[in-house]
Amino acid sequence: MKLLKLVLRNSFRHRLRTSLTILGLALAVVAFGLIQTFIAAWYSQAAAAAPDRLVTRHAASIVFTLPLSYKEQLLKIDGVEQVTYGNWFGGVYVDPQNFFPQFAIDATTYFEIYPEFIVEPDQYEAFLGERRAALVGRALADRFGWKVGDMITLIGTIYPGDWDFVIRGIYTGKEEITDEGTFYFHWEYVDEAMKQQMPGRAGQIGWFVLQIDNPDRAAAISTAVDERFSNSWAETLTETEEAFTLSFIQFAAAIIAGLRVVSVLIVGVILLVLANTMVMTARERISEYAFMKTLGFRSYHLIGLILGESFFISFVGGIVGIGLLALVARLVAAALSNYLYGFAVPQSTYFHALAVAFVVGLAAAIFPIQRAIRIRIVEGLRVVD
Amino acid sequence: MIPVSYTVRNIINHKITSALTILGVSLVVFVFAAVLMMSTGLRETLVATGSDDNAIVIRQASLTEVQSIIPRDQADIVKTSPEIAVATDGLPLFTKEIYVLITLLNRHDGDKANVVVRGVSDKSLELRPNATLVEGRMWREGTSEIIAGKSIAERFAGCGLGETVRFGARDWTVVGILDAGGSGFDSELWGDIDQMMDAFRRPVYSSLTFRLADPSSFVALRDRIEDDPRLPLEVKREKEYYADQSRSTAGFVSILGTVVSIVFACAAIVGAMITMFAAVANRTREIGTLRALGFSRLSILNAFLLEAMLIALAGGILGIAAAATLSFVRISMTNWDTFSELAFNFQLTPGIVLRAILFAVVMGFIGGVLPAVRASMKRIVDSLRAV
Repeated sequence: MKLLKLVLRNSFRHRLRTSLTILGLALAVVAFGLIQTFIAAWYSQAAAAAPDRLVTRHAASIVFTLPLSYKEQLLKIDGVEQVTYGNWFGGVYVDPQNFFPQFAIDATTYFEIYPEFIVEPDQYEAFLGERRAALVGRALADRFGWKVGDMITLIGTIYPGDWDFVIRGIYTGKEEITDEGTFYFHWEYVDEAMKQQMPGRAGQIGWFVLQIDNPDRAAAISTAVDERFSNSWAETLTETEEAFTLSFIQFAAAIIAGLRVVSVLIVGVILLVLANTMVMTARERISEYAFMKTLGFRSYHLIGLILGESFFISFVGGIVGIGLLALVARLVAAALSNYLYGFAVPQSTYFHALAVAFVVGLAAAIFPIQRAIRIRIVEGLRVVD
Repeated sequence: MIPVSYTVRNIINHKITSALTILGVSLVVFVFAAVLMMSTGLRETLVATGSDDNAIVIRQASLTEVQSIIPRDQADIVKTSPEIAVATDGLPLFTKEIYVLITLLNRHDGDKANVVVRGVSDKSLELRPNATLVEGRMWREGTSEIIAGKSIAERFAGCGLGETVRFGARDWTVVGILDAGGSGFDSELWGDIDQMMDAFRRPVYSSLTFRLADPSSFVALRDRIEDDPRLPLEVKREKEYYADQSRSTAGFVSILGTVVSIVFACAAIVGAMITMFAAVANRTREIGTLRALGFSRLSILNAFLLEAMLIALAGGILGIAAAATLSFVRISMTNWDTFSELAFNFQLTPGIVLRAILFAVVMGFIGGVLPAVRASMKRIVDSLRAV
């Protein structure tokens, strides 16, 4: 108990140094936490995938299309309950920098398979009833200040020409991680234009989404689908929605790997800051330690003293950092809400931060403890600073 | 002025503390430099892909070859342009190409990636002075033979010399290896355009590339083609076309990296501050003595500021040295503009070295200024009395 009091007193002997160390640790914990949160948010799209949805696309790559006629054949496969489809439109809104995903979809079936997109019934009716109607996510509408009834034009990059749309509805996500940044419109709108301008490109589908009766049979149904179309001109690749989404997220794999390395380096910086403080403290107190030894304090008392101080600082730094992280993450989430969904600190990050505080507190104390234990009383008392 | 050697000796005297601070700064500088090297490497690789004398034609508003579609009749009109250089065989130095993405598996970890397949003609190689066939031979007309860029051959299953890879419902044999000097063509597979159009059932071209007999005629040619109502096309200098493709990814990498570096730097600055405050506190009597000897407040301030900046400079140099070893690392990632794999090196430039060193010194300055001011404000009598 006495020792605990000493630890606290010692920690506050250099108020400025201790507060700076705590600040340094807290900042590093915030950086560490933000990186982890960013990575988690990046993968949250895959987490939003439903287990009972499969995606079928062209086996060669996503840039190749499949014929619409596959839909009927897909529906005949055992275990497939409903089929919908979509195309990547890839239009430019005013400037290529304003990127957002645009899907040409089969309006009548798409939202049956994706119940997590919530639209007001009258808006949905209005969307169904008009060829040029678009249904956009809440976040996307906020980003460009769109309202229901607004007319907007996209310049086609894949499908030539200027395309006019009327926003007829704004959808919201059922869950926190549901994507609210997509622009949906009628597949027929594009297809009819293609029929007139480029008949070879009419009736083409980017990918089919299959609703299956039992998630446990996902692998068997995928195989059945791909076998059905093997040796045809357009062979298919069917996988779970999660695997399909991951294959896109994977495109940033190099950056994510880099961020992981950086978050390890941040732990290194935390350690260096605290170790620096602890080394300085130990150097200043060498004669004190020698004095305590003469008074009969044992090595384990000194270990407790130094370790206690190191842990005290690292945990206060860690906890302050976690508090700051929760605040900063909310600000970042608000700033990024148009581009990245689900930017919320995962619980595991808080535990990681505490684990880091523990390891760093322990590691930073090693060197000062060695010094304090090894010091011979006579030498220690002789030290003059 | 207090001699610089005083400052240097102080740093050396406190070995552990100085070393810990230097290490902290070096980690930050390492991350900062690595990020810049990554975006520069990506950009330079694409800039090196295009050639100054070449022009490339894609469909209007299609941004890249991936989305572009050019019908045969339009290609034939462009081919008759008088500005196009003449090849050794007397024909225009002009090629129609198709560009498609296929999914291939990584040889080592089995990960999927999008790889570019380019259907090329006999003029394609001549038009790309940076690309040469280093192993094997060229594909023969009318066969399912392809040549593979160096990076692709190394990294993707079935793409090495003599191996076969399946796409477009056919097996293709790799008969040659293309070395494009680290440019984007190293990350492509090339085969006979007629075979590719047949395999992918694609009756249209993606792009047209040609050499200009006189590079200064570019503007006139571009204006004429873009104003022609029969041709909904866009003409770009090849170099600019490829340089534009690095924009999204390189931009994203630098923004993300800068944000991370700055937050990271704050922690290291605090570390430097701790070191410097301790240095000031430990040397209170010394400061008093220096002042009594006649050194001004300003020279005390300078001495401590210099100490902080020197420590940071040492950290900066160490960080740059560590980052320099990355130059030997070749990485591969998806370029978002084209949606395809691109291999490139981390690239260290004098500009990056300068910026990283400056970044370090600024960190030292910010970390050292408060302690230095405190040191210079000390009163002589008080500090001489300090124990």
